[in-house]
Amino acid sequence: MLNYILRRVLLMIPTLAVISVLVFTIIQLPPGDIITSRLLLLQQQGVDVSQEAIEAMRARYNLDDPLYLQYLRWIGGFLQGDLGYSVQFGQSVNHLIWERLGYTLLLTTTATLFAWLVAFPVGVFSALRQYSLLDYVATVLAFLGLATPSFLLALVLMYLGYAWFGIPIGGLFSPEFAAAPWNGSKLIDLLKHLWIPAVVLGTAGMAGLMRVMRANLLDELGKPYVQTALAKGLHPTRLVIKYPMRIAINPFISTVGWLLPHLISGAAITSIVLSLPTTGPLLLESLRNQDMYLAGSFLLMLSTLTVVGTLLSDILLAVVDPRIRYE
Amino acid sequence: MTQATPPRVEPDAGPDLAFASQWRLMWLRFRRHRLAMVAGVVLLVLYFGAVFCEIIAPLGAGQRHRSYVLCPPQEVRLVDAAGDFHFRPFLYGVKQRGNPSDWLREYVVDTSVVYPIHFFTRGPEYEMWGLFATNWHLFGADEGAPLFLFGTDELGRDLFTRILYGSRISLTIGLVGVALTFFIGILLGGVAGYFGGWIDIIVQRGIEIIMAIPQLPLWMALSAALPAHWPPLHVYFGITIILSFMGWTGLARVVRGKFLTMRDEDFVVAARLAGTHELKIIFTHLLPSFLSHVITSATLAVPGMILGETALSFLGIGLQDPVVSWGVLLQKAQNFQAVVMAPWLLLPGLFVVFAVLAFNIVGDGMRDAADPYAN
Repeated sequence: MLNYILRRVLLMIPTLAVISVLVFTIIQLPPGDIITSRLLLLQQQGVDVSQEAIEAMRARYNLDDPLYLQYLRWIGGFLQGDLGYSVQFGQSVNHLIWERLGYTLLLTTTATLFAWLVAFPVGVFSALRQYSLLDYVATVLAFLGLATPSFLLALVLMYLGYAWFGIPIGGLFSPEFAAAPWNGSKLIDLLKHLWIPAVVLGTAGMAGLMRVMRANLLDELGKPYVQTALAKGLHPTRLVIKYPMRIAINPFISTVGWLLPHLISGAAITSIVLSLPTTGPLLLESLRNQDMYLAGSFLLMLSTLTVVGTLLSDILLAVVDPRIRYE
Repeated sequence: MTQATPPRVEPDAGPDLAFASQWRLMWLRFRRHRLAMVAGVVLLVLYFGAVFCEIIAPLGAGQRHRSYVLCPPQEVRLVDAAGDFHFRPFLYGVKQRGNPSDWLREYVVDTSVVYPIHFFTRGPEYEMWGLFATNWHLFGADEGAPLFLFGTDELGRDLFTRILYGSRISLTIGLVGVALTFFIGILLGGVAGYFGGWIDIIVQRGIEIIMAIPQLPLWMALSAALPAHWPPLHVYFGITIILSFMGWTGLARVVRGKFLTMRDEDFVVAARLAGTHELKIIFTHLLPSFLSHVITSATLAVPGMILGETALSFLGIGLQDPVVSWGVLLQKAQNFQAVVMAPWLLLPGLFVVFAVLAFNIVGDGMRDAADPYAN
């Protein structure tokens, strides 16, 4: 087991290294850089910038160095915890990124919990009472949940929230709490706002999980050992909980891995619609303005989260299911 | 064994079932999946609309109706205000109430003005498939009639017409993207699975790395890299390539797994011993035996592409306004005020959901049909 974990962790290092090169290449792809896009903006506003000032700015951010040097400087700083400097916001990236990453993590965790808590019982019930009314309802809802883009769901909830309750939905805090220091009532305010984006984000994952849980459990229930146990007089509820369910639960564990990237993707766009203080809106803005350190650090952080999530779920799976360790 | 055992499809289907091809058996099984058949018909209707959108749409996609800005959907009626029934469908006129310079316009039905609806009539001119100019429409009303089945946007453009035109791009981007995905996936997955060894290791690592980067942020980064001055057609293909760049990984995995299990099957070994060329083995022996699986995976990959295009265009980093796609249309519904004032702007989203739902269900049905061991 320890061997397995060690091997997986070591494998993570080259993966992350390649990802960092890939991310750096992608943010360098657009023609021009942050200075040219800033200049364009200033020119549109009618401000004249002298050639010397441009040169000075370029020199200050080392934009004329060869690419590999820029990459090495970026990744070197990254490893030491210095994520670079955002030209657009005039702040260090560290300053901008951590709080937003924290909220992203909070949001995705809540969404995962929501997806699990709903998908597990409903999936089990659907399998045990196949073709019952609730099974059909759950199936239809699952298909709908998979087909609805998360931002559309957010928009519809926003509209319904306004039409039915007359409250504007959005943000993670009420205006009076947004800038306030942390205390009990701010936490309660956060929880009041958190459930909407969590439901929006968790829906697609929940729908998928429900289907998988149902299919897996149905597979297991049809196996001869279930019949044998029933014939021997084991109580049906006890039987289901003790044997088929334990095998069917694997996808729930492996979801930590694939749910995380899914949720982070979904979170990006939902956050923009619901104006949440997560990474999504800032990432979009930094990509548009070619603010490369900000965009690059965001992308690399999110990828790292995903890789770590996959690793965690693989380890958990290996703990639960010994067969996996030796593959 | 002198007699082939017919598969359990329909026991009384007749003797020819024993000689039916694999595709015919799949079609027979698929036809029994009623929901999938319905979804298939829905897809055909949607694609029919996309192909003939110029004729079906009563108005032009870019046509502005300045006196009907943000007009709510209008009802086509058969029964008039007095309760009398008419065979020819008609529309009532619409009057504006309140201050017209105000953004908050209100429209009320004006029963004194009646616009009959004509079928196969002449309307705004268009270029059919870019080939010839004509002005025939499936249906239409007199000039100035508020023939807005789904309402209008903030420039007074008819949403029904625009959704039809948008379907052409939104629905084809998935197909073109999947075709590309198909090509890359089969090539790389096949090479990895058939030859194994270090090629397999490289392809596998590549797949893992691409899968480790969160999809939407990567899409966002790549489409932000598309030059702003590109013509719409280039952007369209750029977006398609970006979508397939992420999508091929899943398909490659399926193909690789299939190749791995099949390359040591007896019939493949026999072919190899008989001196058949490697490429011939791949194309005539291996590929046909799991093509149905691959096609099913491809069908299930289309919705992801449709959703991807919608999301990118919605964020404003995909296709842009003069081009019409469902995602571009949904841009109008981006902020809270727009949604509350004009909820019909969300209608393109309904079409996205319909199309994706139909593709998922058809894909599900195909998966069941392609599996020879299903029930």
